[in-house]
Amino acid sequence: MSRTKIHVATTVNGDAVEFLCEPPQTLLDVLRDELHLTGSKEGCASGDCGACSVTLDGRLVCACLVLAVETTGHSVETIEGMADGDNLHPLQQKFLEHAALQCGVCTPGFLVAAKALLDVEADPSETQVRYWLAGNLCRCTGYDKIVRAVLDAAAEMRAN
Amino acid sequence: MSDSAKNDSGSNGHKYVGTRQVRPDGVDKVTGRASFGADLHVPNMLIGKVLRSPHAHARILSIDTSKAEALAGVKAVVTRDDINDLPSEMVPAGEMMVNYRDITRNVMAREKVLYEGHAVAAVAAVSESVGLEALSLIDVAYEVLPHVIDVMDSMKPDAPLLHDGMITQGVEPAPEKPSNVAKRVEFAIGDVDAGFADADVIVEREFKTKPVHQAYIEPHACLASVAKDGKAELWCTTQGHFVVRGHCARLLGMDISKLRVTASEIGGGFGGKTVVYLEPVALALSRKSGQPVKMTMTREEVFRATGPTSGAHMRIKIGAKKDGRITAADGLFHYQAGAFPGSPVQLGCMCAFAPYDLENARTVGYDVVVNRPKVAAYRAPGAPIAEYGAECVIDELAKKLGMDPIELRLKNAAKEGTQTVYGPKLGVVGLVETLEAAKAHDHYKAPLGKHQGRGVASGYWFNIGGESCATLNMSEDGGVHLVVGTPDIGGSRASLCLMAAEELGIDLDKVHPHIADTASLGYTFLTGGSRATFASGMAVVEAARDVIDKMRERVAKMWDIPVDAVIWEDGHARPASSNAGAFEPMSLAEITAMANKTGGPLVGNAAINAQGAGPSFGTHIVDVEVDTETGHVEILRYTAIQDAGRAVSPGYVEGQLQGGAVQGIGWALNEEYVYGEDGKLQNAGFLDYRIPVCSDVPMIDTVIVEVPNPTHRFGVRGVGETPIVPPMAAITNAIEQAIGIRFNELPMSPPKVLAAIDASRGPLADAAE
Amino acid sequence: MAKVVLNGNLKQFSDGQGDFDLDVKDVRQLFAQLGARFPELAPHLEEGIAVAIDGEIFQDALFAAIGPESEVHVIPKIGGG
Repeated sequence: MSRTKIHVATTVNGDAVEFLCEPPQTLLDVLRDELHLTGSKEGCASGDCGACSVTLDGRLVCACLVLAVETTGHSVETIEGMADGDNLHPLQQKFLEHAALQCGVCTPGFLVAAKALLDVEADPSETQVRYWLAGNLCRCTGYDKIVRAVLDAAAEMRAN
Repeated sequence: MSDSAKNDSGSNGHKYVGTRQVRPDGVDKVTGRASFGADLHVPNMLIGKVLRSPHAHARILSIDTSKAEALAGVKAVVTRDDINDLPSEMVPAGEMMVNYRDITRNVMAREKVLYEGHAVAAVAAVSESVGLEALSLIDVAYEVLPHVIDVMDSMKPDAPLLHDGMITQGVEPAPEKPSNVAKRVEFAIGDVDAGFADADVIVEREFKTKPVHQAYIEPHACLASVAKDGKAELWCTTQGHFVVRGHCARLLGMDISKLRVTASEIGGGFGGKTVVYLEPVALALSRKSGQPVKMTMTREEVFRATGPTSGAHMRIKIGAKKDGRITAADGLFHYQAGAFPGSPVQLGCMCAFAPYDLENARTVGYDVVVNRPKVAAYRAPGAPIAEYGAECVIDELAKKLGMDPIELRLKNAAKEGTQTVYGPKLGVVGLVETLEAAKAHDHYKAPLGKHQGRGVASGYWFNIGGESCATLNMSEDGGVHLVVGTPDIGGSRASLCLMAAEELGIDLDKVHPHIADTASLGYTFLTGGSRATFASGMAVVEAARDVIDKMRERVAKMWDIPVDAVIWEDGHARPASSNAGAFEPMSLAEITAMANKTGGPLVGNAAINAQGAGPSFGTHIVDVEVDTETGHVEILRYTAIQDAGRAVSPGYVEGQLQGGAVQGIGWALNEEYVYGEDGKLQNAGFLDYRIPVCSDVPMIDTVIVEVPNPTHRFGVRGVGETPIVPPMAAITNAIEQAIGIRFNELPMSPPKVLAAIDASRGPLADAAE
Repeated sequence: MAKVVLNGNLKQFSDGQGDFDLDVKDVRQLFAQLGARFPELAPHLEEGIAVAIDGEIFQDALFAAIGPESEVHVIPKIGGG
């Protein structure tokens, strides 16, 4: 079996990056194992849990369902790019205030997904939030405080 | 919003205990900086992969790894020959006693494979793709055997035998022939036959449950590095790194103290990460290859090869007088243990009727091996299953008596002095308070519409204490490093900081928590049994008192007065009275700044085996609506009420109640292992093993009741496990009220609900709708 | 004399006897006396056991004190998940 690696040049969190990868490697594999951006997590590798949520050209995707080679010439945003220097994004701040995380492993995925929602809908209802986030699994919190945090962050962002 | 008893200014005059603070590890977790099990990379590391059995039950005739070993990029291959065969020896392993002889075989199969997914061999290679190719080159010859999975089928005389030497324990006289029944247990008080004879109304039902997985979002992962002199380091995601150290050292035949284990951040455990799977294998591969080896499980491996909880079959019988006083309760429980003995049936027997003050009760349990992965603990292990059945029967009894289900429970409620079926009397407990809170709650009075129903259930878990160490290292500027040994699975390190800050009387932001590795702190038992806040908390308080005494001694020397004349108050050393002298109080920061000159560094220590854990009772109310065309059950409203003793961090206590309730909702309405005729798991992924998603549930309202535990400085009771106990019965009871059908099997998934609705309607029912 | 009750399966190893009055001052003495009286019981007292003394549960606590009026139950060890 040929394992000849392919050279990929893309943009991650605003930075130009290059890496070598085997053809079957996913964007998630590369983010974690080549670029050492381990904030995106592997929960299932089949697109069912959302722990690897990132955006590709602003569109919410599961990084485990994107081949690394597909990112050539595109732009990837991960959890590592969410805060602005020392300033947490309002979503990140609200998750902390509302205790919307317990073990924290699903949190990066939820934050990226929630941000993608607020980028297209500034005033979502609780139902809209729940259905938008239905692709992100959490086993610890029961989702209550996550939804509250997202609604509160949306309100704060509208006010500013 | 939740209805916690405490507000932002702390409880009972406390400054910090009882408040809502941002957790110290929070920023790292919302920025992706925190390191979980699979997040570590070290230079020169190899990737380990496991070859797993495709058969549910088979004898291993031969394993040929030669082609795999010859593949370029493969640095080591291990099989059963590389893991010590250990003799039979029972050891505590988190949730229950396990036998080392079984652990070694579960980690790597020896004579037989006993479930689909059972590990047979493993490789370490330069990349994942080389590793996977190497697995495909390993030849294993199997003699496939018939398999058995259903617990009752496994008890039949003609069932395929998993272990040739298994003679049922707990039966007198011992059976002559081996079987799949590992153990029988029995608890009894009073005389159940007399009690039933005395009853006016009796309800007897059989119940069936399916295996469900803890479904933590983070799969098992570890990184092992064994040096040439035999010293080893292991990084792994675990609820108990000291327990992992002990197991791994044993399995690899090394000194415990030569192995240092560091617990990564853990992405969920719920009991499923209290045992070892990959860790001994990674160490064996590292030892053999001479390089660090990283191993992670895929989600499919997690489902096929790690322990879900038991599926079960039980019969529950409860009798009562017309006025509602229960006269007898009897339970018979059969739990799947999986491939090796050790289901939580004994704990289930002990908990089943715990919410009731009974004179006559009996519980009998059978621990039965079957061809599926060995059971691992799942949140209050044993109790959710047993109490599901009991709480359903109680509900049916209430209906037959024409009594409100909460009233029936109040009439028979366990309280201080109630004798349990397993022997001792209960101490101070808060069940009655949770029942009263349920009765008084708005939820209980809210109106219901068509095909809507309300159900109630109570739940109990003992909670444990256990070995816990804590060290407070005071830095020169008045900061405190709080070092503990219980991995943080739900926010416990935040609560420990609150307790330390409270006891020392200093600002919370001066306290910095660390979860130490196994070399850097005394032995600390795993995080489980709802013990971290309770037991590590006790150790933290003791360590704080230790360092306070030391600081008082320093100050006494500086003031040249007896140490009894120095008190500690509000983070300062002060003279006990004006008689002691007119000394300016000294702050903790001032004292630690002078520590090196006044006797040396200041450190507070505690190493305890915490006893006196207080049990936690809960009562849940749930409203459902049943769609009679699809069988879908919607959760309309949910209220979880529980006695926390004292909620140190109310936000995180609420989180435990909400998380446990939603796991219970999944257990009730959808989760189950689906096996094919071939004994293979058909739904080994999150698509088809569907846990509740965000859109499946409403807000989960919580009420924290506080009946303090007298043995703990702050009155803490463990809370993490009880919340998963009531939901299944509460939902079953709600469905019965909604559509008049009482289910006695879990899960009550749409196809099953629809089939029951259709069966109850009969051929001419549609018009009546 | 403390009243001691053996619960669960333990009575199998004590000739069916479950209730004892024993003069013991701590858990270690309790196990020693019971183990001496019923050798088959002894190994089962080493692991997997908890002791409830006047309602408070002790696990792995050999020196937990037992008073002359104490009610003591020997029960299976409790874990968690």
